[in-house]
Amino acid sequence: MSRNAQNDHLTRLEQTSIHVFREAFANFRSVCMPWSMGKDSNVLIWLARKAFCGKIPFPLLHIDTTYEFPEMYEFREKAKAIHGIDLIVRINEDAIRRGIGYATHDPVTVTHELKTVPFKAAIDEFKWDALVTGIRRDEDPTRAKERWFSPRSAEGNWDYKDQPPEFWGQFASVAPEGGHVRVQPLLEWTELDIWEYIRRENIPNPTLYFARNGKRFRSLGCHPITHPVDSPASNIDEVIEELKLTKVSERAGRAQDHVGRNSMQELRAKGFM
Amino acid sequence: MSTSSLPSPAAAQAAAQAAAEDQRKMHVVVVGHVDHGKSTFVGRLLNDTDSLPNGKIEQVRKNCAAEGMEFEYAFLLDALIEEQEQNITIDTTRIFFRTTQRAYAIIDAPGHKEFLKNMVTGAASASAALLLIDAKEGVMDQSRRHAFLLSLLGVKQLVVLVNKMDLVQHSQETYDKIRTEYTAFLKSLGLHAVHFIPIAAKHGENIVNRSTKMAWWTGPTVTEALDGFAHEDDLTGLPLRLPVSDIYRFDHRRIIAGRVEAGAVRPGDELIFQPGGRRSTVRTFEDWPGPESRAVVGTGGSASVTLSEQIFVERGQVASHPSNQPRVGREFRARIFWLGKEPLVPKKTYKLRLLTQNVDAVIARIEKITDASTLESIQADSVPRDSICEVVVRTTHPVAFDLHHECAVTGRFALEEAGRIHGGGIILDAHKEQSAREGKVTAAERGARSGHAPAVLWFTGLSGSGKSTIAELVERRLFDAGRQVFRVDGDDLRTALNRDLGFSAVDRAESVRRASAVAGLFANAGHISLVTLIAPLAADRAKARAALSNHAFIEVFVDAPLDVCEQRDVKGLYAKARRGEIAEFTGISSPYEAPESPEVHIRTDKLTTDQAVDLVLDALDKVLRSKAEDWEV
Repeated sequence: MSRNAQNDHLTRLEQTSIHVFREAFANFRSVCMPWSMGKDSNVLIWLARKAFCGKIPFPLLHIDTTYEFPEMYEFREKAKAIHGIDLIVRINEDAIRRGIGYATHDPVTVTHELKTVPFKAAIDEFKWDALVTGIRRDEDPTRAKERWFSPRSAEGNWDYKDQPPEFWGQFASVAPEGGHVRVQPLLEWTELDIWEYIRRENIPNPTLYFARNGKRFRSLGCHPITHPVDSPASNIDEVIEELKLTKVSERAGRAQDHVGRNSMQELRAKGFM
Repeated sequence: MSTSSLPSPAAAQAAAQAAAEDQRKMHVVVVGHVDHGKSTFVGRLLNDTDSLPNGKIEQVRKNCAAEGMEFEYAFLLDALIEEQEQNITIDTTRIFFRTTQRAYAIIDAPGHKEFLKNMVTGAASASAALLLIDAKEGVMDQSRRHAFLLSLLGVKQLVVLVNKMDLVQHSQETYDKIRTEYTAFLKSLGLHAVHFIPIAAKHGENIVNRSTKMAWWTGPTVTEALDGFAHEDDLTGLPLRLPVSDIYRFDHRRIIAGRVEAGAVRPGDELIFQPGGRRSTVRTFEDWPGPESRAVVGTGGSASVTLSEQIFVERGQVASHPSNQPRVGREFRARIFWLGKEPLVPKKTYKLRLLTQNVDAVIARIEKITDASTLESIQADSVPRDSICEVVVRTTHPVAFDLHHECAVTGRFALEEAGRIHGGGIILDAHKEQSAREGKVTAAERGARSGHAPAVLWFTGLSGSGKSTIAELVERRLFDAGRQVFRVDGDDLRTALNRDLGFSAVDRAESVRRASAVAGLFANAGHISLVTLIAPLAADRAKARAALSNHAFIEVFVDAPLDVCEQRDVKGLYAKARRGEIAEFTGISSPYEAPESPEVHIRTDKLTTDQAVDLVLDALDKVLRSKAEDWEV
């Protein structure tokens, strides 16, 4: 299969994502892209540069929980320089002063305090009306129901019971009063697509995804609650071969998803990505 | 913590082969009457294609045993989308599976309430559909209704699955009867099913594995039929349709951004942008990370184009080749599906979105309303939720479009109200309203003809500040974009209408009054009038604004420092004034009261002329868009 063929699977995904980026930028007053520095986030940066001919015309937001892997902070600075990123960093200093942390609190509480709370505060501060997220339908059942443009109320709530219809490339173009719209260019991508695209485009990524001593990370979050999976895949080709055959869910190593049966749903209803 | 197991060599080989076959995921929608076995079918399909996560089936079997229920494949689907656990109202979702040939996403749009909305959202992105009919019950309401919606949404590849064959003793006679009846119905909608496959989803018969109980069936299994579907979305052979989504000016480049919806575009192609009709040639594609430029951008590809000439281009216009252009007009007949909580009513203004075009539109006439569930005609003055109608649509601005059967992507649109999409439609034919009208011509009629509300742009500033330069460019851009526009220039007025006036305070006030009256006449005639006048006194300008209060009024303060204007002195007036040859010259011997809150403030020493023109056009655009006039005629 030719890499440049208009119709190859990855190119089609890429071109659709670019269309979503461009529609968001044309429709909304003020766009921001949260950046986790994970693989999906890094693919988004790449797609944004393609959509806007090299320049990302809006800021990126890193919600720093202070529990990132040290390698991720190094990667952040490197990627910032490579892509010319206008980066906003926010930490919930208040929660940290109150002693919220993984040593003393459960993952759902910590995720809420150190991610969702400062995230909402940043939205209040900057009044963005569109936020670009890297979520994919294949990640989690609640995400499978998502729309390309997904309105969120002023409280950040997702009204999944009454989502706008979406067809023929026409999206919800107006943010609810005081709220914002989540723009999700990677909705149709799968984990395998992400890795094949990273390989094809040679997109910079943290090396934590590759196996060291028989273990690698498939999904990256706060280090106390993110566990590596057993895997010999020490480079991108091996990761791709492994993913083609695995039937274990991608977020299996992310503890906050699995505290209770409905923890992901609870987190998302409160504004988590 | 989870451990991923390593695959067997045989499985690895099969997977590698599958990946090589067709990487493009095909989207398939599954529809059919309630209880005709959709969930069971999908559960069985996932199971038989080995597409379930590890342990899922064991887990569901265990849950069933714990609750004393018999295991059913339908539960598998429910478990997969966690409906039972989370009690989320079902909405469109995606379920992925893979045959040996390629990857699929099943778009699952179940639910009874809100069905039409979910079906539309799901099926509009599907390349193909599977429609289930219960062999025992036969063709039911929803069997017909769903096919009708598929035809409306343009899903043409259809396979009918005659399910529950086990309940009719695998009877070929029953199968044939359903096939005959339903084929006739499909034909009435212009649809054709590629296959009617007899299956028993519960037992996995003819899904992946061939049934041993229906030896009479020699056609394909479901997965064989799926693998026979073609991706229908390659429209590269059609005429070029490249809607403009944006103009990027992040650096020295001016890039026209858009997605090729049909056809293909190459550097060197002459393009015409409709509505408006301006032409230019594609100079380059500005792809990142270049530098090599693509030789062609085909359907579905995003284009980043620079043009040879700096013509006026805006979001919404559709670029095509001059030899094969879309239609441009303000009226067409359409078939619409309506999802809004409030009924669709004639003469109310909705936003019509067609590709990147976004214009005000009204339903001029309702010709026919059909209930989407019964397919029966409804007699009503408005279109209730979940129904289909044929209507005449009239837009305030010209729209570039094709008929749906000529080019589907430019032949369909969405209707929006208050930022939310409430309906969609396909364009059946371009329509010309022939009815004679009586009585005097109204402002709304004039507005409908020019395609926009009238407005007055009032440019004020010192002599030499650049009022005329900017106004002329604004006029040019508006004219080229098809707007009715006329410039009322202070200097021109002085040679005729204002020949009797000098520069005293009284005469200046009278000159402003006359200019506002002239501008008002042009606005009454449906034009955007551009007034360029020094009009130095705030009180005079306030009177002009008041006199024109029934029109959109935009004061543009062209603000250049006196020394800059004096340096330019294009007409040599400042030199004369300094020599005392002109009395009461504004800025020298007569005051200029700068506007305190003009709608547009142009610092000519800080902005380029192009930026200034853009500022004015942006402000005008906002005002015109906000003038939600009733365009009813």
